[in-house]
Amino acid sequence: MKLILTLFLAALLSACAGPQLRGTGDLGLVIERASGHVTLVNTSTRQPYARIAGLGDLSHASAVYSRDGRYAFIFGRDGGLTKIDLLEGRIVKRVIQAGNAIGGSISQDGRIVVAQNYTPGGIKAFDAETLELLAEVPAEYAPGQFSKVVGLADSPGNKFVYALFDGGEIWVSDFSNPRQPTTQRYPAGKQPYDGLVTPDGRYFLAGLFGEDGVAMLDLWQPEKGARKILENYGRGEEKLPVFKMPHLRGWSVAQGKAYLPAIGRHEVLVVDVATWKEVGRIPVRGQPVFVMARPDGRQVWVNFAFPDNGKMDVIDTLAGKVVHAFAPGKGILHMEFTPRGENIWLSARDDHKVLIYDTASFTRLGEIAAESPSGIFFTSRAARIGF
Amino acid sequence: MSLNRLLPLAALLAATAAWANEPAADRQKELVHLVRQDCGSCHGMTLQGGLGPPLLPAALRDKSAEGLAATIYYGRPGTPMPPWKRFMSEAEAQWIVDKLMSEFPQ
Ligand code: HEC
Repeated sequence: MKLILTLFLAALLSACAGPQLRGTGDLGLVIERASGHVTLVNTSTRQPYARIAGLGDLSHASAVYSRDGRYAFIFGRDGGLTKIDLLEGRIVKRVIQAGNAIGGSISQDGRIVVAQNYTPGGIKAFDAETLELLAEVPAEYAPGQFSKVVGLADSPGNKFVYALFDGGEIWVSDFSNPRQPTTQRYPAGKQPYDGLVTPDGRYFLAGLFGEDGVAMLDLWQPEKGARKILENYGRGEEKLPVFKMPHLRGWSVAQGKAYLPAIGRHEVLVVDVATWKEVGRIPVRGQPVFVMARPDGRQVWVNFAFPDNGKMDVIDTLAGKVVHAFAPGKGILHMEFTPRGENIWLSARDDHKVLIYDTASFTRLGEIAAESPSGIFFTSRAARIGF
Repeated sequence: MSLNRLLPLAALLAATAAWANEPAADRQKELVHLVRQDCGSCHGMTLQGGLGPPLLPAALRDKSAEGLAATIYYGRPGTPMPPWKRFMSEAEAQWIVDKLMSEFPQ
């Protein structure tokens, strides 16, 4: 009896002695845009485990992760940059870095966090440890003229690639010396609205709003300059109005093809990544916003701009067409696959829920309450190029 | 009739005119939600600007209300500002502008 009691006490003591050890590979966060909260979630239990307040205006907020997957860096609309500890469930540091921010990225070595800003237009680099400002690159594309910056993505060699909405250029800033970045500029086309780096880190694509086409820069041979792909995909037909700008990221690449949203057309464009030629287009039920491949590349999930933002279409990449079309909720703003893609989490903004689906059977596995949820970000992003 | 008695009458008339253009309460709620959420994707949920310019009273003060309502209703070709006429009447666009120029409801 005495022995049992001692053992019990010992167990109790060790439980009190320190935090329970755990990894972060199955953790993530959900942005609650209206109230400045983030909810921390566990994709194994499919449950929230903490909620953090005080992050400011989180409309259009996005997050990147430290390479150990422990810290998230959240970029808010109000220019706030907040570092969160996923294990302790708390804010580590928060700075207001700009007037109006749109997102950010983290360097290959994990030491530099870069924010992309609308006003003042440009990018700013911070020490990932302390959030101390290291350097700025104003997006001054002509004397006294500053551009909104879009599509910021990291690429190998501690470089960051981004596009200038007003300037119509792609810029590559090299942060090998974090306090003295050097920048190369490449003409791209009219009104780039977002960009992506392919998962291998080689190509940067900038979607163009002002013309039918996508600008492509080979980062292995940038001196060749950006060239247009998918030129004239609209074939001169009148565009449908776009009620929300599509988003691009490296997740659009699956099975050697890139699946890209058309602008002003209810289509997903399919491009061969070896030849950069269009190899197909898939009709969908609205203006695509996110076109995201499941990590194995077999499926591509598509959500839509207002007024079709309650619908989702799932493309089977083998069949080359939509195989599942449904309407999971109101205001489907974002989605995220679990690291190996067996589940997908969707945010239903106007239902105040995050919905969890099985991607093989399309059955709903569960839901989590959240206030106007928007972005969902899992730690598996930590290990990806171009995020 | 003395001027003293006329003034409240004028105020009453003006109020009725405004009221006549006001969308019903339920519709107002829908419009506020539309502006905060769906216009918010380009103008920011707090309307401080994003890809589109800020829509706060200070930013709009010197602009023509009619012109702004036309921008909402017809859009601005060549820019990302789309036309919203499929989703609202001209009077509702005008109501949104009035609210944007004073104080936009939460
Ligand atoms: C897809 C992005 C987008 C959406 C969604 C959007 N706007 Fe705009 N809006 C813009 C852009 C970009 C401009 C600036 C156009 C220009 O360059 O002249 C603009 C301009 C305006 C202006 C004129 C502002 C000024 O200072 O002249 C008003 C008013 C406006 N928008 C209201 C709205 C309202 C109300 C909604 C929702 C019903 C809305 N916008 C939705 C992108 C958008």
